[in-house]
Amino acid sequence: MIRVLVAKPGLDGHDRGAKVIARALRDAGMEVIYTGLHQTPEQIADAALQEDVQVVAISVLSGAHPTLVPRIVNLIRQNGQDNVLILLGGIIPEQDVPAMLEAGVAAVFGPGTDTRDIISYITEHLPAA
Amino acid sequence: MSDLGGRVLRRERAGVARALTVVERGGEPGRALLRELFPHTGHAHVVGVTGAPGVGKSTLVDGLALEARRRGRTVGIIAVDPSSPFTGGAILGDRIRMQDSVMDAGVFMRSLASRGQTGGLSRSCSASLEVLDAAGFDLILVETVGAGQSEIEIMALGHTTVVVMAPGLGDDIQAIKAGILEIADVFVVNKADREGADRTVREIRNMLHLAATAPPWPPPIVRTVAQTRQGVPELLDSLDRHQTFLQETGALSSRRIHRTGHLLRQAVTELAERRLQAAMRDADWERILREIVAGRRDPEDVAGAILSGEAPRLTGRKEP
Repeated sequence: MIRVLVAKPGLDGHDRGAKVIARALRDAGMEVIYTGLHQTPEQIADAALQEDVQVVAISVLSGAHPTLVPRIVNLIRQNGQDNVLILLGGIIPEQDVPAMLEAGVAAVFGPGTDTRDIISYITEHLPAA
Repeated sequence: MSDLGGRVLRRERAGVARALTVVERGGEPGRALLRELFPHTGHAHVVGVTGAPGVGKSTLVDGLALEARRRGRTVGIIAVDPSSPFTGGAILGDRIRMQDSVMDAGVFMRSLASRGQTGGLSRSCSASLEVLDAAGFDLILVETVGAGQSEIEIMALGHTTVVVMAPGLGDDIQAIKAGILEIADVFVVNKADREGADRTVREIRNMLHLAATAPPWPPPIVRTVAQTRQGVPELLDSLDRHQTFLQETGALSSRRIHRTGHLLRQAVTELAERRLQAAMRDADWERILREIVAGRRDPEDVAGAILSGEAPRLTGRKEP
């Protein structure tokens, strides 16, 4: 069973996209833990740890990804979850993508991404248990 | 003791999390881990919290966890949500309303999907309880939507069952009808600041008075406003009193016997199911069915052979 944490860090108040992703992943047979809006990087990493997820899907619309995302990735790795697949969605300008990948994000999915592409990315890149 | 077992006993967060995954997955690794942990269980007070959707169970569990922490206790939480019967997937959203307690190192919260199998939920749930118990959490809260038989089974796993209601949902009496009255040790009327709370309390009280004889533990009715934590300390007091009652009357050990009986039935059913599945995958399955139809074999004998596990290929044709 694939377990995914869908996380909304920071101050932006829109989680429609995150909810669409959550439903699509559920409909693909995955167990999706959704923690709601306004999560701190610490809350996200701790939830990923307690829930023992294989995938963390982060959604950021506010533009705060350059500060938030590397912190989340670092906290998750500090907890010893080295293999967790970290995905990023939302509004991430093209020029920021390399830095996000450099920070440890496996893939960035921009607006308009077909949810089927995300599902197949997850199933193809899932870390071994 | 395995490395993982040791990490559970030391209550390492990552170890507990992984152990829960292992026992939830089941199979031999899960069983082996549970065998190791079992001698270290029996310490926790296990409290089931159930009620219709929207009555405020998660917020209440969050408040109870905070209150128990304030009193110096550690808290494990298991929140069960249904899996989709169509895809097997699930959205587990109980964390949304448990933000205040779950960051505390003395609290561990895990979301559990029902995963659809009959009885399988109570197996994975009781296995999860054992992991949290072995990890030394003082209070374990299990939250489920009170909607059916499997939830009632889960409640049978705990020591104390809290049934949560809220005024104005119109389903209070329905929930009582569904057999929840019998399993409740403590009633909570949440959202007690809303109109209709008095009526809900009265309805529960009337229902309780219908019982022919006074029960040894008359379930208290506690009013709460989970959002503001109002009434939550009193609720925890009620839970403590129920635990004391169980200990003093010896009901705790009879509950443990009851629970063990339940788990044993579960294990037997699962073993039988595995053997049946193996027999059905057998190449001879079709032939055996034809022989039964032709009157050359007796279905009871075949069933016995399958259950005993001695006949994976079910040979030994009966003479006509």
